[in-house]
Amino acid sequence: MTPGLGKDLVGLEFLTPEQIRLILDTAEPFKEVSERPIKKVPALRGKTIVNLFFEASTRTRISFEFAEKRLSADTVNVAASGSSVSKGETLVDTAKNLEAMRIDMVVIRHGASGAAQFLGERIRSNVINAGDGKHEHPTQGLLDMLTIRDTLGRIEGVKVCLVGDILHSRVARSNLWGLTKLGAEVAVCGPRTLLPRGIEALGVRVFGRIEEAIDWADVLNVLRLQLERMEKGFIPSLREYYRVFGVTAERLARAPRPLTIMHPGPMNRGVEIDSRVADGPHSVILNQVTNGVAVRMAVLYLLAGGRPELADAAKGTGGAAE
Amino acid sequence: MTRPVLLRQGRVIDPARGTDQVSDVLIQDGKIAAVGPGLGAPDGADVRDVAGAVVAPGLVDVHVHLREPGNEDEETVASGARAAAAGGFTAVCAMPNTDPVTDNQAAVGFILRQSVRAGLARVYPIGAVSVGQRGEQLAEFGEMVGAGAVAVSDDGRPVVSGHLMRTALEYARTFGIPVADHCEEPTLATGGAMHEGLVSARLGLKGIPAAAEEIMVARDILLAELTGGHVHLCHMSTRGSVELIGRAKERGLAVTAEVTPHHLTLTDAACEHYDTQAKMNPPLREAADVEALRLALRDGVIDCVASDHAPHAYDEKEAAFDDAPFGIVGLETAFGVAHTELVRSGILTLPTLLARMSTAPAALFHLPGGSLAPGVAADVCVFDVTTPWTVRPADFHSKSRNTPFAGRDLVGRALLTIVAGRVVHEPSSGTPR
Amino acid sequence: MARAQIKSTTLLDARALARALQRMAVEILELAHGTDGLVLVGIQRRGVELGERLARIIEKEEGVSIPRGAIDITLYRDDLELVGPKPVIGETRLPGDLSGAHVVIVDDVLYTGRTVRAALDELADFGRPRRISLCVLVDRGGRELPIQADIVGKVARVGPGERVDVRIQELDGADEVVVVTSA
Repeated sequence: MTPGLGKDLVGLEFLTPEQIRLILDTAEPFKEVSERPIKKVPALRGKTIVNLFFEASTRTRISFEFAEKRLSADTVNVAASGSSVSKGETLVDTAKNLEAMRIDMVVIRHGASGAAQFLGERIRSNVINAGDGKHEHPTQGLLDMLTIRDTLGRIEGVKVCLVGDILHSRVARSNLWGLTKLGAEVAVCGPRTLLPRGIEALGVRVFGRIEEAIDWADVLNVLRLQLERMEKGFIPSLREYYRVFGVTAERLARAPRPLTIMHPGPMNRGVEIDSRVADGPHSVILNQVTNGVAVRMAVLYLLAGGRPELADAAKGTGGAAE
Repeated sequence: MTRPVLLRQGRVIDPARGTDQVSDVLIQDGKIAAVGPGLGAPDGADVRDVAGAVVAPGLVDVHVHLREPGNEDEETVASGARAAAAGGFTAVCAMPNTDPVTDNQAAVGFILRQSVRAGLARVYPIGAVSVGQRGEQLAEFGEMVGAGAVAVSDDGRPVVSGHLMRTALEYARTFGIPVADHCEEPTLATGGAMHEGLVSARLGLKGIPAAAEEIMVARDILLAELTGGHVHLCHMSTRGSVELIGRAKERGLAVTAEVTPHHLTLTDAACEHYDTQAKMNPPLREAADVEALRLALRDGVIDCVASDHAPHAYDEKEAAFDDAPFGIVGLETAFGVAHTELVRSGILTLPTLLARMSTAPAALFHLPGGSLAPGVAADVCVFDVTTPWTVRPADFHSKSRNTPFAGRDLVGRALLTIVAGRVVHEPSSGTPR
Repeated sequence: MARAQIKSTTLLDARALARALQRMAVEILELAHGTDGLVLVGIQRRGVELGERLARIIEKEEGVSIPRGAIDITLYRDDLELVGPKPVIGETRLPGDLSGAHVVIVDDVLYTGRTVRAALDELADFGRPRRISLCVLVDRGGRELPIQADIVGKVARVGPGERVDVRIQELDGADEVVVVTSA
């Protein structure tokens, strides 16, 4: 009997290692679906899914949309905007409206940490967190782990260093939870102004210089540096950031062993990462994108409501017999 | 003309005179007439048998927010006074961050008139430090005091400008009133939703570091020294602040401080699951801070307990954590929480707690109260300090329900509240639950 | 409360199973008129192993290697909505484009017919075979859909309270088909 995931996927912090492995293992057959001439299976036929994006995002939204359509679901995209003042009331009213329309599943991206949980507590539909504030981006964490597993054959014992603005990164947090649960060693590297105080207490090493991180790691997951960090005074300039913390071909050439390079995208070429590195032989950035659709299909498939009271009747037919 | 009231056989604790013994209290013509054993009841007296209960001066809360004028759906002077009486408070001081701001004579007079009309707990207005609380121009302290203001504060916000704070402290000396400051360095705190620490790192919320409060505490202490004025530090929350205040007092400066029951009880762990009922400013901090605040209250480094009662409509708190407003109500749980967490655990004695919640705050703000000496106004409360009760926000007398203590079991509750010799609160018949 | 009696009757032992497979392989060759365009597609999980064995028998007989594949029909089940938690999905791998091929679906037990219907739907997403045939080891009756097998190893009269268990060496350590009854 496979362990269930519950109603919502809000984050990786409270999932068990078994649940995380279930999602990664389920993503494998879905990779195959995306290779077929007809990239569709009827698994979620008739389900209505709303992509509720309060923050602009092309790649995550498209990835989810493909995942939903390849499962034969009906999808609706809602690009809701909210000024920071009205964000709160918009979210409560939105939840009530979705409930009233009997939507089956909601994929939500919102600027406030905790927004996905907030929504999940208020509607019966399944809620999938596509990024809430600085809190978590669970499907990104999962696809990052799947990519590491594909490339290195395992996650346990792999040394992964997250590089960049950890303080404001939900991708970093999800990676941290997922990787530590599956036994990887996790480190962070970036300017002190962009590292959360007390992060060592979460079981993570801290490197002050990128050279140290390159020396230690098997995998570098390079995070995007946003322009506003400079505007808010966390770093003096993007140029300085590149000079001191940029993942460049020269620095990688001095690595003691070949490093796998990852990036959640979209990339700031020439700021956090060199073009030659991003396009180079050790970059698995495009694999991440492919795995993204498969992981999201797996999550949607696993969450989509089963009615367990009827499961016993169906049990007679079992897995694939008769 | 109200009936005389005779409270029989209660444990009478008068922190002003340092007495604590079983005794009778006779109230007549709105004043304490006599305190002693075996008092006779005058004709027509309302005689109450309060054996087993505690008779004390009514509590005084120097920091509450009553949302009138401007947000009467959240609270009014009348509903706030009602909630205060239910909590055992006979007097509260209302902060001026109303809409419009209480920064002039007419506004101050309005609050006082509403208080008199309600006829429940006394509500003393606090005037704004600056016009509109905009932090630019000094408000008319003289006019406001003349209309009944007992202190000035821009609470809700810090007084950011050192020059303005200095001027306010100097000018306030003329009228003998304290300047109460909400200590927060705005550039460090801006955008923050909770304490900056491990919990905020995990939840992905911007934090307000302890230093944001301590920087302003240090500044206010230095300005108090410079001006000789009386600064009252609102809702202290960090061990660093406690240390600064301790040293200021050792040097004999006119620096006083208050702490809320929630900062004496809860830590930032209460914010897990993004519970907006745990969102307030200053935020809940770490266990070491709670510990330091408790000892500071015990030792008198922190002078008094004040609730920072901050009502909010239910749908305002129904939001993502970042978007929810700061603040919780506190008048009806303050004594219960403080008694359960501090007295029952042995950190403070009951007389000390009562001193910190009545005699001390009254003295700081030069208010009558905090005493049971014959001849003073009869602001008295009878407390049940043995029967457990469960906090049920639906039963609050306040118009608002935003509290993190819902469902909590407490010991310590007002049985009878008397203001100027008149009963203004007694729970309906039967043992309080 | 009396303990439920579980009775187990052997329908096919290892030898009988081997003989049945031998005959089924020959029937496939007859049906397909040889090996031209023939593809064996097993349904996960035991159908895949059985398909493997049939292909090896055919290879021995004809000296030709037959393309084989596997499909997992979980995502095409018509009861997917009702089942929770979600069943594990096995591997689907098919040899090239199936257009113009003669696909023989191989499964262990044919019962309600719903599994085969799901398999037909799934194959349709991979191309348009010239012809699709169905080959099963055991036909136990009890159809809920109008589906029939072209080649059957053994017909069994089995009631609703009974179960047909196919066990094979590769997965279960032994070759046999048993009927299990709870009395």
